[in-house]
Amino acid sequence: MIPLFDTSVPPDAVLPPDAVLPLLVLASSLVPGLVIFFLGEERVRTRTLLNLGGALTKLALVGWMFRGVYEGQRYEARLPLLDGLDLVLRVGSLSLLFLVLSAGLWLVTTVYAVGYLERSPNRSRFFGFFSLCVTATVGVAMSGNLLTFILFFELLTLTTYPLVVHRGTEAARRAGLAYLAHTVFAGVMLLAGTVWLYTLTGTLTFAPRGFVSEIADTHRGPLIAIFALLIAGVGVKAALVPLHGWLPLAMVAPAPVSALLHAVAVVKAGAFGIVLIVYDVFGVEQAAELGLTGPLAAVAAVTIIYGSLRALFQDDLKRRLAFSTVSQVSYIVLGVAIVGPLASVGGIVHLVHQGIMKITLFFCAGNLAETLGIHKVSEMNGVGRRMPWTMGAFSIAALGMIGVPPIAGFVSKWYLGLGALEAGVHWPLYVLTLSSLLNAAYFLPILHAAWFCEPTTQWPAAGSGTGTENGKPIGDSGRWLRPETGWLLLLPPLVTAALSLLIGLFASSPFSPLEWSLLIAEREFHYP
Amino acid sequence: MTQPVFWALVGMALVVIGLYGLIVHAHLLRKILALNVISSGVFLVFIALARRAPRDGAAISPGPDPVPQAMVLTGIVVAVAATGLAVALIVRLRAMTGRTTLGDEADN
Amino acid sequence: MALAPSSIEWALAVVFLPLAGALLCFLAPRRAAALGLTIAALTAASTLGLTLEVVVAGTQRTVLGGWGAPLGIVWLADGLSVTLMAMTAAVGVAVSVYAAAYFRDEHTERAFFWPLWLLLWTALNALFLSADLFNLYVTLELMGFAAASLTALGGSAAAVSGAIRYLLVSVLGSLFYLLGVALIYHACGTVDIALVAACIGDAPRPAVQAAVGVMFAGLMLKTALFPFHFWLPPAHGSAPAPVSAVLSALVVKASFYLLLRLWIDVLGGGGRWLAELLGLLGAAAVIWGSVLALRQERLKLLIAYSTVAQIGYFFMAFPLALAGDSAAWTGALYLALAHGLAKAAMFLTAGNLMRFGGHDRIAELDRAVHRLPLTLTAFTLAGVSIMGLPPSGGFIGKWLMLEAAFRQERFGLAVVMLLGGALAAAYVFKVVGHAFTPAVRSRRERKIPAAMEWSALLLAVVAILLGLTLPMIWPLLQIGGPAAALSAAGAATGAVA
Repeated sequence: MIPLFDTSVPPDAVLPPDAVLPLLVLASSLVPGLVIFFLGEERVRTRTLLNLGGALTKLALVGWMFRGVYEGQRYEARLPLLDGLDLVLRVGSLSLLFLVLSAGLWLVTTVYAVGYLERSPNRSRFFGFFSLCVTATVGVAMSGNLLTFILFFELLTLTTYPLVVHRGTEAARRAGLAYLAHTVFAGVMLLAGTVWLYTLTGTLTFAPRGFVSEIADTHRGPLIAIFALLIAGVGVKAALVPLHGWLPLAMVAPAPVSALLHAVAVVKAGAFGIVLIVYDVFGVEQAAELGLTGPLAAVAAVTIIYGSLRALFQDDLKRRLAFSTVSQVSYIVLGVAIVGPLASVGGIVHLVHQGIMKITLFFCAGNLAETLGIHKVSEMNGVGRRMPWTMGAFSIAALGMIGVPPIAGFVSKWYLGLGALEAGVHWPLYVLTLSSLLNAAYFLPILHAAWFCEPTTQWPAAGSGTGTENGKPIGDSGRWLRPETGWLLLLPPLVTAALSLLIGLFASSPFSPLEWSLLIAEREFHYP
Repeated sequence: MTQPVFWALVGMALVVIGLYGLIVHAHLLRKILALNVISSGVFLVFIALARRAPRDGAAISPGPDPVPQAMVLTGIVVAVAATGLAVALIVRLRAMTGRTTLGDEADN
Repeated sequence: MALAPSSIEWALAVVFLPLAGALLCFLAPRRAAALGLTIAALTAASTLGLTLEVVVAGTQRTVLGGWGAPLGIVWLADGLSVTLMAMTAAVGVAVSVYAAAYFRDEHTERAFFWPLWLLLWTALNALFLSADLFNLYVTLELMGFAAASLTALGGSAAAVSGAIRYLLVSVLGSLFYLLGVALIYHACGTVDIALVAACIGDAPRPAVQAAVGVMFAGLMLKTALFPFHFWLPPAHGSAPAPVSAVLSALVVKASFYLLLRLWIDVLGGGGRWLAELLGLLGAAAVIWGSVLALRQERLKLLIAYSTVAQIGYFFMAFPLALAGDSAAWTGALYLALAHGLAKAAMFLTAGNLMRFGGHDRIAELDRAVHRLPLTLTAFTLAGVSIMGLPPSGGFIGKWLMLEAAFRQERFGLAVVMLLGGALAAAYVFKVVGHAFTPAVRSRRERKIPAAMEWSALLLAVVAILLGLTLPMIWPLLQIGGPAAALSAAGAATGAVA
């Protein structure tokens, strides 16, 4: 067995692990973020340069690390903090998956945000926190023990708060309050569980198959309580029912923030945290032995159904997407909790797939709101004719969410289903089927309205001063040069939509998220 | 009852009386007087118990112990300074508000 | 090393430099700011010198005037005292820089602030150095007088009545403490801490018990431990910002330090019931103070109640340390250090906001985030430490105490600590949230000098960075007296039943 994190090598091994690269990955967004805070509001060029430079640098560094991990290089940076407890940054295969996802999606989201916030106030503050938020996310991805995880997890809370209340309205303040009420509660749970665990085990270092097996026989009760505390702690960010209340409220934030919250940072960090706690703190088999995965799976199933049901009745597009996120993220949890290699693959790969598809949907929703002022599903009649590219991307992502092959979402659901069969349980199949039906029920009407209904309102035309009728440009030679909305707004969803199609199509090619998830699952289970 | 114990009890009584006065009276001058009564009590206890406690084998020196006397002297100086400062503040308060009691802002 | 000043000179410098500075500033009020800043820098440098000396050579003893222990005055600088002096110096320098800008245009306040503040610093350093109980009483009173006078500096009726209340409480607390000293002198015939500690085991128990009772009562009053906290919010809430900062950050810590010294050095661990009582009061303080902080509508009162709550944490270490868990003490001390830095930063930012908008009503902060970003950053960073989020100093302290609580399965205490953190987050973000929204009507705004914003920000950053320095500060805390007693503290339960 190859361990997930290479713990078979003693700490003082011959080859010193590379400590610089993890720190550089952090710095590539931390430094631009801090510099941006001090930039004047009008220094648009410098700010954009810093943003994109940081995002590209991070992506390049992560790519470099990807190669390094593949070749067996270890990456580890540590800073002593407490007696016997260090802050540790480590890069293993699971962290890499999340790193690549967040670094890649950060790049597109930055492009999108630059276009989206073109003339709004307080951009320096926005982009500063935006960068810090990503710093926290990659920190979560690279954390090598529970203490480091808490550090970056809480940093994530702090850096997303200003983004949620960015607009400075009373509604935004209340949303921020709700967000904090949930996350602070979560932080308390997480801290309590962590300290308690530390007093029992004397270590918090993530290890493949967990580090609690030695005390599993003597401290059953406390371990079960600790598991509940930890899962409640990360479950708030992962929006597990009944801890999901903040997510729909946080929709008051600007679209790039929603995209960031849902696909890259917060919700993902929560789901990633659940994966870490089950795999690298308790060990999935140990957790199953303690009888913990059953309730977790039940919670995930309830969340999946509940989120879909609520989404069905939302007229506000972003709220519908938000409840859809509540539902979709729990696929990851479900995959983990079914306890089986294939289900794990399904869950882990959904971490990536859901991110890419959901970010596409939010970009598109942002485009509709920004270009045409559409916020509600009921206003979307015929919008496909006015903004075909945006709605095209939206359709791909929505179909992927439903699970239509060959889009990414199908792959996740396929493996989840297979995993359930492999583990010998059938009820997840019903949950998956029901959820897919509900997904279809709340996405297909949107697609139908957008493509096949007559527009009910007159929208301003694409580009400026182009003559239109019913949203259709007439005989304009510059039609293909004039995009339906700003290029910076249009490109990101197109890229991510294409990606969600491609990773579904080429799921079995090397280095695809699926293959990588197989690798991860292989290291957690004795996979044949 | 030996003499030192008697005086110590008197001192304690003064402390208690002063504490009572401090709590009961609202007028600030009375509060300061009460504090001074307390401090007199404390000093009395200090002087009365100045003799080192008898311990087996230790020779008790005849006559009073000079160290506590010096300490009490210091204490008296401190008490006088405190009284002066408090009186100055009260005069200021009265000049500004006409009150010689603490207001209601101490509710919580 | 012949040229370098020896430890004796450093210890003298940290007390007599600010004392001389206070006199000079009083004599030359026009140059007070420049003089005060110079003296602050020199005092801080001397503190650093003393700290290094202790790190290199261990506990330093200074026998003043050549008179030895039973009769003369001895100063003792061990790890605990230099750590607190270093915290005082850090806060002191920042507050001095801040005050130089804050009082620039207010001549009377400037003329009185500097002498009193430097006197307060003198008293604090002397208190941290003193090694006999009576000397501690004198420094305690000095500190109380300086602090009460500083409270009245604002000159308003609220400030003066706050100062009077503070003075009364302070003198009462000191008198109780002195009563305890009298009883201890009766029992042991000495006031030197080391000699008292040696004899307290076979001293008559009633006298020692009574002494401990009155001393702790007096010091709890001065530390504003629940339910004796009533005087703190009005005093800290009505003083000028730099004064509130030093009162909350330093003065309260000094009497807590004294309690700790008594507990560890004199009593060698103290009694079980007293420890439990202190822990209970501490827990009540955390909850009560936090809830009241959350309910305040004025920023400075909110911060003051937050101090009431934070003081509670320090006392929750007493029952935890009974079982010999030295992590609890380190945790409480760390919390005290972090609180000192963070709370000072918070009060300084409150001063900025107050000067900026002319008021400190939380609901009308009126987009302060956009207009005073540095100040709000400082406030939030300080808040992060108060809430105990990683990697701040407050987090480390809370972690150590939580660890002790869970290890001893004292879940009640753990729950209170965690709840206190959540409530702290609630009141910090109550302020931050309102700083994002616009007020109904805009008000005048005054320019804030850069020195006032940056000094607060730097303090807050230091409070955060403090969390990363545990590997350096832990060994420092172990130097000298407390360390041996820390581990013995658990063994000696029941010394005073």
